[in-house]
Amino acid sequence: MQLTNKAKLVDRKPLSIAEKIYLPAILKGMGITFSHIFKKKVTIQYPEQTRPFSPVFRGLHILNRDEEGRENCTACGLCAVACPAEAITMDAAERLPGEEHLYREEKYAAKYEINMLRCIFCGLCEEACPKDAIYLTETFAPANYSRQSFIYGKDNLVIPHPKENPEAFAKAKGLIDERKAKANQQTA
Amino acid sequence: MILLAVDWALVLEKFIFIAFIITVSLVVALYMTFGERKVAAWIQDRVGPNRAGPFGILQPLADGVKMFFKEEIIPTSSNKILFILGPSLAMITAMLTSAVIPWGDKVELFGRTISLQIADVNIGILYVFGILSLGVYGIMIGSWASNNKFSLMGGLRAASQIISYELAMGIALIALIMITGTLSLGEMVKQQQEGWWNFFVQPLGFFIFLVCAFAECNRTPFDLAEAENELIGGYHSEYSSLKLGFYLFAEYINMFISSAVMATLYFGGYDIIPFYDESAWGFSANIMALLGAAALFIKILVFIFIFMWVRWTIPRFRYDQLMNLGWKGLIPLSLFNMLVTAAVILFLKK
Repeated sequence: MQLTNKAKLVDRKPLSIAEKIYLPAILKGMGITFSHIFKKKVTIQYPEQTRPFSPVFRGLHILNRDEEGRENCTACGLCAVACPAEAITMDAAERLPGEEHLYREEKYAAKYEINMLRCIFCGLCEEACPKDAIYLTETFAPANYSRQSFIYGKDNLVIPHPKENPEAFAKAKGLIDERKAKANQQTA
Repeated sequence: MILLAVDWALVLEKFIFIAFIITVSLVVALYMTFGERKVAAWIQDRVGPNRAGPFGILQPLADGVKMFFKEEIIPTSSNKILFILGPSLAMITAMLTSAVIPWGDKVELFGRTISLQIADVNIGILYVFGILSLGVYGIMIGSWASNNKFSLMGGLRAASQIISYELAMGIALIALIMITGTLSLGEMVKQQQEGWWNFFVQPLGFFIFLVCAFAECNRTPFDLAEAENELIGGYHSEYSSLKLGFYLFAEYINMFISSAVMATLYFGGYDIIPFYDESAWGFSANIMALLGAAALFIKILVFIFIFMWVRWTIPRFRYDQLMNLGWKGLIPLSLFNMLVTAAVILFLKK
């Protein structure tokens, strides 16, 4: 009885002499492997070359600032609620007078931590955020020696200041595509 | 009264030559490990080692240093003397065979004629066979002394495999010896220089010899002695650091030497071009000898490449398939080859 059209009848014919002495098949195989010597190598020479990411790649998080350098995050906690891996924790604090240039709204995250060992890079935090504060970028979490160092605090997450360090800000925002720039330089 | 006249210059010359050959085979084996990785990479569309030095040519040195500095473990339940003896034996037997291979013609230096062969004994090929079959002792002793049943299985497989394939190899060679009428490798090369390369006379014999050489060297597809998916690491499961390195290294030296033997027996040794008298080029004897040695070396490299090429093409045989091929395939085939050769010789003599 044939249930699907994927079923394939097994060939139970006895081997012919040419098949029995293996040699034609072996020579054919050797021909195939020899042709591979001249094929294009698939290796990416890692530190010098990097693999282009898919446009929907989700890597390390950043906490965004607005164009005046104020932190967007208001510590509403929606990202932590949305996080299926429970990787995000935060402490909220109230903005004091004179801190208006630091935080955009009255409430801000005094402590904001993402445990990169728990994080599954699903991007739900990014979707949950009402303030456009958290984004997933195109970088991986670098290797570390201790588990503690995989818990990223605000010092790791908050994007560079757009006015004090515009270049780093643009890079973190992905406004400058390093690899594309490099590739352009090489081709030019 | 002089009881024993010793030609000290000869002793010195042989000593230097032996040292030279051993160094060359060690260096070649060292770079064969690199070549193996490169060939594997190319066949698998990769780049291969390219970080240590330009094009990665320092990679074998790095590997060697790593081997030296790794922790050395001798299992407590092993037979310690034999455990250390195993890899040493493998190395020694691998090196010994190079003594009878003619690496080139004669060179004239300092008014002396130096033969580029350590010992032109008139039983050369028998000596090669004797040493080759001793090679299995290294594996056997190592596997037994490890006191590990998987290692022992690997050793057993190696032993039965080498015995089975030695037979076919020997019979294939008998056909060759019937044609050349000599056991001396130097003499065989001279005959091939004057006439045809033996490959054209004995293609089937060469093919049997090639397959058996793969088996004797424990190379894929006949590397059952180290089948990692069934026997962990096979005969060298318990070995670590440089002792493991010796085993692996001995395999490469074996490959080098058997390539040299095959080139000598069937492809004219240091003969440069078949069916052509190179003396017409008018070079001096020394240059001709060097060119001949280079030709032999190129032939050896081609064989080594074939060894690697086959390794990265064909999967490993199953044990019963291996025995089937050896006993039911190659031995009858080599007997047939010997019979046909004998009949042709008889027919031609009439």
